[in-house]
Amino acid sequence: MLLLLMHALEKYITSVLFAEYYSTLNPFMFLRDLFGAMVIVGLALVLYRRFFSKKARPTTSGMDYYAIIILAAIMILGVLLEATKIVSHSRYEEMVEEYAMLEEEEAMSLEAYWVEKFSVISPDVKGPFDKDTLEEGKGLHEMSCADCHSRPQWAFMGYAVAKVIQPVYFAHTFMWYLHFLACFIGLAYLPFSKFFHIFATPVTLLLNAVMERGKSDPANMATKQAIELDACIRCGDCTTRCSVAVAFKQIPNPNILPSEKMAALRALVSGKKLSEKELRTIQEGSHICTDCHRCTDVCMVGINLEDLWFSMRDNLAQLGYPKPEAWAREAMRADYGLTKMKDKTLSLTPADRGFLGELTGSAQASTFSVCFGCENCTNVCPVVGNYENPQEVVGLMPHQIMHTLALGCRDLALGSSMLWDCVTCYTCQEYCPQGVCITDVLYELKNLAFRQLKKVA
Amino acid sequence: MKYALFLGCTIPARLKAYESSSRAVLGKLDVTLVDIDEFKCCGYPLRNIDFKAFVLSSARNLALAKKEGLEVMTLCKCGYGTLKKAAHLMKENTSLREEINAILAEEGLQYEAGIDIMHLLTVLYKEVGLEAIKEKITRPYENLKVATHYGCHALRPSQVTQFDDPVAPTLFDELVNITGAKSIEWSTKLECCGGPLLGLNDELSFVFRDKKLLDAKKAGADYLTTGCPFCQIQFDTVQNHHIPSILYSQLLGLCLGLDKQALGLDSKRTDIAKIENFLAP
Repeated sequence: MLLLLMHALEKYITSVLFAEYYSTLNPFMFLRDLFGAMVIVGLALVLYRRFFSKKARPTTSGMDYYAIIILAAIMILGVLLEATKIVSHSRYEEMVEEYAMLEEEEAMSLEAYWVEKFSVISPDVKGPFDKDTLEEGKGLHEMSCADCHSRPQWAFMGYAVAKVIQPVYFAHTFMWYLHFLACFIGLAYLPFSKFFHIFATPVTLLLNAVMERGKSDPANMATKQAIELDACIRCGDCTTRCSVAVAFKQIPNPNILPSEKMAALRALVSGKKLSEKELRTIQEGSHICTDCHRCTDVCMVGINLEDLWFSMRDNLAQLGYPKPEAWAREAMRADYGLTKMKDKTLSLTPADRGFLGELTGSAQASTFSVCFGCENCTNVCPVVGNYENPQEVVGLMPHQIMHTLALGCRDLALGSSMLWDCVTCYTCQEYCPQGVCITDVLYELKNLAFRQLKKVA
Repeated sequence: MKYALFLGCTIPARLKAYESSSRAVLGKLDVTLVDIDEFKCCGYPLRNIDFKAFVLSSARNLALAKKEGLEVMTLCKCGYGTLKKAAHLMKENTSLREEINAILAEEGLQYEAGIDIMHLLTVLYKEVGLEAIKEKITRPYENLKVATHYGCHALRPSQVTQFDDPVAPTLFDELVNITGAKSIEWSTKLECCGGPLLGLNDELSFVFRDKKLLDAKKAGADYLTTGCPFCQIQFDTVQNHHIPSILYSQLLGLCLGLDKQALGLDSKRTDIAKIENFLAP
């Protein structure tokens, strides 16, 4: 920012504010390098945080690479430009021609002084120089140059590089073009890049101070949310703070992570054509969220992420991708529901190759096999008890599900709505005289339904 | 007495009063609470979707507490039941434990058995003790009838949760009775509030809720009391509810002489705040 104001916009800002401004004069020369060094340190931090830090980071997309590359190119070329300018003899000669009227003898002395003290590389004079020449050169320097030139050491980055490239220095005009080219590329890319947050972020901060879901006009909220998508600086703090981020280690769906939800949301609203599989992944990810508000609290640019997730879920539901549980209930009932079995013949799979073989490390779910059909579970179930004719609503009742599994008809159990209507009160399990973990079996069946649906999608 | 306070996700986001009132009450009763910033989701919301993801989330929190050498206290019954369940599974299933620990090791964490998981109510009952609480009560309630809602996930499966007797629990009733209020008997006391079905089957969820609210009223209760954010929110967000619901930490806090504001009692919610009228002069 400071570099941008002082250096890039010097004509419009610095020189207007400071009458005695010259880019080659201290403090400006030193400050330019200092601000430049700050940008480079910032870039180094960005690289470290993105590629080496162990913390959970958002995935790196092309946009992130471009941003880093362009910024790095501007900075590196800028320093090189400065370095080549310091050592450039042609630049020196132009300046002498313009600002000093010198005899040949005097010219040699001044040049000697500049070679000695300002690191100019000259094809004409070679050191070491005698004291008198330098004295004379110093006098001439003070007369013609010192008003606008500080010692180049103050431009510490450019000077250091100048020292290194001295043997192989190349034309500063070439560097000048490259540095400007990089700046213009950056400028042209800005509206399409994450740099756009420079404009979107302040707007977001302002809007969120005065707008609230439920109070502001929904149309305006939508506009605000669109701006918020551009305000994101992809720092990944939301993901670091996210309550359910740990689930990502077990469920490899990046859309669980808030920073990746943002990317998915951007794809969704930009009307990008997404495949069924991509949409299913976004659907799952958007609902693996506890609405804990931590991402919103931690967002340093003030994006109301939680509101974005709500809108995302609404949007997905309109597209036919509702809450995963609702989807699973319908999909499973359509595939395996009782009504589907027209001839009423069931194909049996041996218990060990059916449900038992698919349990995920939970021995509790295998307890269905000791059920002796006393129906206690069904009798105490508040869901079953709520209906006049429960089978019509829930499909199979708890004891029937246990029995079905024992028979090896896992598909039939998966098609039962009872799974999704279970209120998980564990009353059935508590009252089972055989110690069947009925509620846990239902949980296990729900997991199985999701695994199966994912495989198909 | 020192515990790592496990708040979970719902309390900080939607029921801050439960946190502030619990802190105030426990502070008064000399229970020290430690906040572990890295505590995250207990895993409860993942149970439908992925068994291992739920165990991993729970185990991670327990490993964090173990690292600090602390026991865990939850305010939420679902969080309590979930952490208990995960601890139980990690104990009984060696291969699961190894698998989960391998993932935790990436963060330098390790789950070891033997961390006590408590709930606010069990800390008050078993650790602080009824007598100690009674001593600090300055203004007991008079003529107040309260219906206790135990909450499913703390009570059942009792083998795992070890909260109280699953068929005839008394813990919560005794805690209410020491405040001078009278815990009444009501037929649906141990039934579900319907909260877990919210968002999945709202219609059914509200059937359970309304049934309980009506039943408590019919049994003559003036207030319902809860010890879980899900149950409290479920009972408290009804538009024309039949009976107001108050968090136990607020109920107890008032008769300990604690400030209403510290207890998060909203003065605009006159139905709840009116409970002050029952306090002894």
